[in-house]
Amino acid sequence: MSEKLRGADIFVRALIDEGVEILFGYPGGAVLHIYDALYAQDKIKHILVRHEQGATHAADGYARATGKPGVVLVTSGPGATNAVTGIATAFMDSIPLVVFTGQVPTHLIGNDAFQEVDCIGITRPCVKHNFLVERVEDLALTIKKAFYVATSGRPGPVVVDIPKDVTANVAEYHYPTSVDIRSYKPTTKGHPGQIKKAAQLILSAEKPMLYTGGGVVIDNAAAELTQFGRLLGYPVTNTLMGLGGYPATDPQFIGMLGMHGTYEANMAMHHCDVLVAIGARFDDRVTGDLAQFCPYAKIVHIDIDPSSISKNVRVDVPIVGGVANVLGELNKLIKESGREPANRETNPWWRQIREWQKLECLAFDRSSKLIKPQAVVESLYKITGGDAYITSDVGQHQMWAAQYYKFDQPRRWINSGGLGTMGFGLPAAMGVQLAFPNERVVCITGEASFVMCVQELSTCLQYDLPLKIVSLNNRYMGMVRQWQEFFYERRYSHSYMDALPDFVKLAEAFGHVGMRVENPSDVEGALHEAFALKSRLVLMDFITDQSENVYPMIAAGKGQHEMHLAPSASDRELA
Amino acid sequence: MRHTISILLENAAGALSRVAGLFSARAYNIESLSVAPTEDPTVSRLTLVTRGSAEVIEQITKQLNKLVDVIRLIDLNEGSAIERELMLIKVRAIGGEQREEITRLAGIYGARIVDVTESSFIIELTGDSTKLDAFIEIIGAKRILEVVRSGVLGILRGTKALRA
Repeated sequence: MSEKLRGADIFVRALIDEGVEILFGYPGGAVLHIYDALYAQDKIKHILVRHEQGATHAADGYARATGKPGVVLVTSGPGATNAVTGIATAFMDSIPLVVFTGQVPTHLIGNDAFQEVDCIGITRPCVKHNFLVERVEDLALTIKKAFYVATSGRPGPVVVDIPKDVTANVAEYHYPTSVDIRSYKPTTKGHPGQIKKAAQLILSAEKPMLYTGGGVVIDNAAAELTQFGRLLGYPVTNTLMGLGGYPATDPQFIGMLGMHGTYEANMAMHHCDVLVAIGARFDDRVTGDLAQFCPYAKIVHIDIDPSSISKNVRVDVPIVGGVANVLGELNKLIKESGREPANRETNPWWRQIREWQKLECLAFDRSSKLIKPQAVVESLYKITGGDAYITSDVGQHQMWAAQYYKFDQPRRWINSGGLGTMGFGLPAAMGVQLAFPNERVVCITGEASFVMCVQELSTCLQYDLPLKIVSLNNRYMGMVRQWQEFFYERRYSHSYMDALPDFVKLAEAFGHVGMRVENPSDVEGALHEAFALKSRLVLMDFITDQSENVYPMIAAGKGQHEMHLAPSASDRELA
Repeated sequence: MRHTISILLENAAGALSRVAGLFSARAYNIESLSVAPTEDPTVSRLTLVTRGSAEVIEQITKQLNKLVDVIRLIDLNEGSAIERELMLIKVRAIGGEQREEITRLAGIYGARIVDVTESSFIIELTGDSTKLDAFIEIIGAKRILEVVRSGVLGILRGTKALRA
């Protein structure tokens, strides 16, 4: 005989039974019954954010770092709409979130009631799925379905909209251990025939290239990918979302690809004869001009989402399935073939790649009297031994973080790749720190992005989150300024951050430690000092060279091989 | 190319808006759309007509399949299918000569006159879309008071069936 519970208590019990440990939220009228039920328990830790966008980003950071779904609770109306940016961010990067939104009571829906918004309608285009719970009897099963849909197949955010009366009404509580949805059956195993075909093509390559994305990280397939790469001895490039999927310090890793990828990665993409795309989706920031993309390559594409295959680029051997699963099968076939890995010393393709590497496309001016943003990231990498969790906001600092911090492990690099959401970094770092209280969590940001969710510094104080915030402050929206320099004849229209706050005082006002760093010689010392303050949040305001640009750069719509190089690297260009 | 796609959909609130929303969000076009429950009241069958290159149609079917409420679908262009559309058309019919001509045309097209007043007819006609278009053409815009079409319905020939 199951027990009868109020909807609000069913909600809390279901979350506990689902194994939820942390709930990111902000109360309001429509969810007061639920907040009352939360008050009476101590199994779920509720984190009170300062804005609902922060709740969704924090849950997202938690999910990216742990692989577990991030869980959010917000109220109806503005609570729900504030959460939308975070939901869309998670959607674009396939991050499992379950977002519970309060709703006005069922009899008021459609009545333009106070704090009413059509949450299902508003979130529909940026969720994997959403549910409106109309009866308390459906609540537990709907919660189960929401977690199942969010975390299976290609993961994504799921919204559950709960009217207030549903949380007050009473029903029998039963939480199912599993759920079956007839209209939702994700494929996880690849087709054996296709896998065989792929193996043959891969083994026949003379100029192979492994191009891997966020799917490797999401499917926990880094070990399989690393084995795959090493069995073959082929060059590997990662997308922005895929960093850490293959160890960055491995000699086969030739850097990130795409708009701000390395010269060698983009050149190798352009010239390869067999391209193996693994958990990557041929995003426009990766491919550049589709007509010029990988013109000589036969393409194998492994992805769990059939709609990602042949969406932008026609592929020769599509394999629908989980990346870990398919790579496991491929690894077996490669081992059976008895093939030796490509020899990096003697192989002509590797010799060509080494020529491209000689360009040193990521070199920068180390004698400058100004702080070079790249140098800050490099120092951070050195001081943390590559062993920190790095979140970032969006813009130049994000690209420098991706280029100069070498990620050897998955789930360490946490950024908004698809949607490109400024304001993501700080709340995401909170989510990571809450998941791993004893790890070093760093938010690399810029002064423009940082203030977009700056209110969360207050949350960090409340929960003693000792984040280290590295702000590369160039007094510009740097990436906007860079595009204006390149493509708008230096008309810096509204990209200048006038009237910035004193960031040291700002940090102090929120109860944290602030540092301002202006000389290149002080960078390492400041970082050491900040990390020594183990229990404190430290905001480091690095005053960097305003004119620095992110190189290499492929202008939007150009071919992969048409890169703008840093002025110093252009001098070295041999070809 | 014109494609007719038949979809079995959960008969749930908001399911139709997910399909319609997908088309607007991804800039696909819908020429016609019809939807009603099947013999199983939990399942709706939706038939839509769209246009696009082979690549676009492939994406449309993949994206539709990705919707959690979509149970199964079939592109009717991939097999031999029967398509029908229902039209009710209200026409001005004044004077013996005109009324006789309309009655004769309706007869030729296998249409039925289902409502008669002193000055108008309502004609019911089923067929594929081109037949309906042709009938509208022959009746002529001047005489037409109102046209209502159901959108296309489609079903595969033979024993192969689209079932939940």
